[in-house]
Amino acid sequence: MPGPIQSIERAAAILRLLAQGSGRLGLTEIANSLGLARGTAHGILRTLQLVGFVEQDEATGKYQLGAALLHLGTSYLDVNELRSRAINWADALAARSGEAVRIGTHLQGRVLVVHHVFRPDDSLQTLDVGMLLPLHATAIGKVLLAFDANAAAALHDAVRDGELEQFTRRTARTQREMSRMLATVREHGWASDADEAGMGEAGVAAPIRGYGGLVVGAMGVSGATERICDSGGRPRPELVGYVRDAARAVSRDLGASRW
Amino acid sequence: MTQRYVMSIDQGTTSTRCILFDQRGRLVSVTQREHKQHFPRPGWVEHDAVEIWRNLERIGPQALAQAGIGPGEVAAVGIANQRETTVLWDRRTGVPVTPAVVWQDTRTGTLVDELSRHPDAHVVRERCGLPLATYFSAPTVRWLLDDTDGLRERAERGEVLFGTMESWLIWNLTGGPDGGVHVTDVTNASRTLLMNLRDLDWDPVLLGFFGIPRAMLPEIRPSSETYGVARRVLPGVRISAALGDQQAALFGQTCFHRGEAKCTYGTGAFLLLNTGTEPVASTHGLLTTVGYQIGDQPAVYALEGSIAITGALVQWFRDGLGIIGTAPEIETLARTVDDNGGCYIVPAFSGLFAPHWRSEARGVIVGLTSYITKGHLARAVLEATGWQTREVVDAMNADAGIALTTLKVDGGMTSDNLLMQFIADVLDVPVVRPMVAETVSLGAAYAAGLAVGYWPDLEGLRRNWHRAAQWTPAMDPKRRADEYDNWRRAVERSFDWIKPTAGRAGP
Repeated sequence: MPGPIQSIERAAAILRLLAQGSGRLGLTEIANSLGLARGTAHGILRTLQLVGFVEQDEATGKYQLGAALLHLGTSYLDVNELRSRAINWADALAARSGEAVRIGTHLQGRVLVVHHVFRPDDSLQTLDVGMLLPLHATAIGKVLLAFDANAAAALHDAVRDGELEQFTRRTARTQREMSRMLATVREHGWASDADEAGMGEAGVAAPIRGYGGLVVGAMGVSGATERICDSGGRPRPELVGYVRDAARAVSRDLGASRW
Repeated sequence: MTQRYVMSIDQGTTSTRCILFDQRGRLVSVTQREHKQHFPRPGWVEHDAVEIWRNLERIGPQALAQAGIGPGEVAAVGIANQRETTVLWDRRTGVPVTPAVVWQDTRTGTLVDELSRHPDAHVVRERCGLPLATYFSAPTVRWLLDDTDGLRERAERGEVLFGTMESWLIWNLTGGPDGGVHVTDVTNASRTLLMNLRDLDWDPVLLGFFGIPRAMLPEIRPSSETYGVARRVLPGVRISAALGDQQAALFGQTCFHRGEAKCTYGTGAFLLLNTGTEPVASTHGLLTTVGYQIGDQPAVYALEGSIAITGALVQWFRDGLGIIGTAPEIETLARTVDDNGGCYIVPAFSGLFAPHWRSEARGVIVGLTSYITKGHLARAVLEATGWQTREVVDAMNADAGIALTTLKVDGGMTSDNLLMQFIADVLDVPVVRPMVAETVSLGAAYAAGLAVGYWPDLEGLRRNWHRAAQWTPAMDPKRRADEYDNWRRAVERSFDWIKPTAGRAGP
């Protein structure tokens, strides 16, 4: 078993230090307190600042605990913030794919639709924002189940050993079936659904990641099965490419570096 | 080589952007560079016109490089610009003779007061459709000519030229001191206070009133027409459109029919309504302005309603009060409650613009009780933008005699669903957001592409417009009426705060 990771230990020590006393310390004070080189302390502080655990006062340059740390229990990324950061990429995805775009996050065992761009054909459509979708029967939901442990746990708790809710004869029925499906999603890095939430409806989705790769939501296109899928019932490869590009672009904007 | 793209230059108040669009109106590449804001004295705001030109020299070629193309593949370039900002430069050297004076600058306050008291002051509104106010160009030019020794004489001899930002950029692009074309378009000229709104030419009476020599003014041209060919930055590319930024957004939203309107929500908000080929004089506090003119077709006019504070109120909630961490969190906070709890915020931070024009008004929060939480305040913040829009729309309906049926929206605040729904609710008309958010740039590109036949006609452009979202009114009429009444009573409470210089500004 590998030993403790030094930089994480030091980061924890810096956070404890900031949590004590006045809570506002300069770089030199922090470095001296922990016996670290200024450069080392600065590197750790900048990383902590990037993830929101530490904030730096503009006027004095002193460091303090960040708001994100104080609200660690609540949502990491505000859903309205997510929409605002993703809106241009979602528009571009709708324009390129010719399909409706939705962004969803996990909410109590369901998918909460936080953003929706109409299919660009000017037909009559209504906004789905605020709507709840099933996790196990939609591409966005499968992405969340595959990459968000809390979503998976919530579904598991809800279903126990019983059967998953059925919408069509193609909806996944058992946990075992679901597990197989999610393994594929993790392997590919994207998910799809076809005639699973409703006959004639299909979708493709990919994860949106923030700092450290944390999945904060999923983004995808949805529409008529005959447009989303080829004759073999598989999602059209160019659509998959558009969706993954768009989700990656949003992730990069949110600070995910590897995706 | 096929010309596959159109370029737009958006010369804005804080930055300059170059965007390439393809034939379907989709964004191909974007480059941007900010310029410095200079505040040499309280109330003064200046830009360095040379810095802005250098920025364009850099980002124009960058936009081409990003798309992997040469200037030969660009069919035309169109310019949208911050309106009213004034540049004076030496025709021979190409060097500005003063810093550019920005539309926000209030140095002409005393001069405007003096001019307003002149018995002939009524000619201004009659001939150009705008009230005498500091942010239009003519008082600024007059101030600069008075302020610098010998400048008036040089301007009279045609040695010093005047232009708004599009004139400055076109003159430089087409060669500068070496044969540069000195032009402006009808929309920008309509913001100077010097253009006759019907003749679309410099008005001798207005030139006389302000004491501005004709020799320094650019030639007024249509918004969509080839003015010349670039010899620098984008060599060989036709320069084929210029529009003020808000007019460009109207064009980009394809509001080509009488009765169509758009509202751009940023720090403030600008609502423009297409009123067709006849200018409509406002009796309800709106500005009459030119919307656009395509080639030798008749000009299309617009009514404009400007709201000073919309997004800026959210910024104040974030930065001034620290109640939220980011602007979009205002929606999250507002959704923690079902209504405003009886609380209203009137953001008259520096007076109220359209339709009230009360410079002595200041912001108020009314209806405070111990029941009110920060969630209610967040609601009141968003609702203030909704009700201010409603007041402008009411004024437009009254002035234009046609009721608005749909509002097209753009700008950063359109990502706020609660706000967009509220605007639909209080206007009682659908609110729609287009798929391309960059409507200012798109409008300049459309006008340029139209001039060179890259796009065949307005109908072709309308086919590029796609609805990305729509909010449908769902508020009970009784509740709408009651809430509007409360809002109006709140607005009245913001009036007459600043003493003793209390007075009316603007129309």
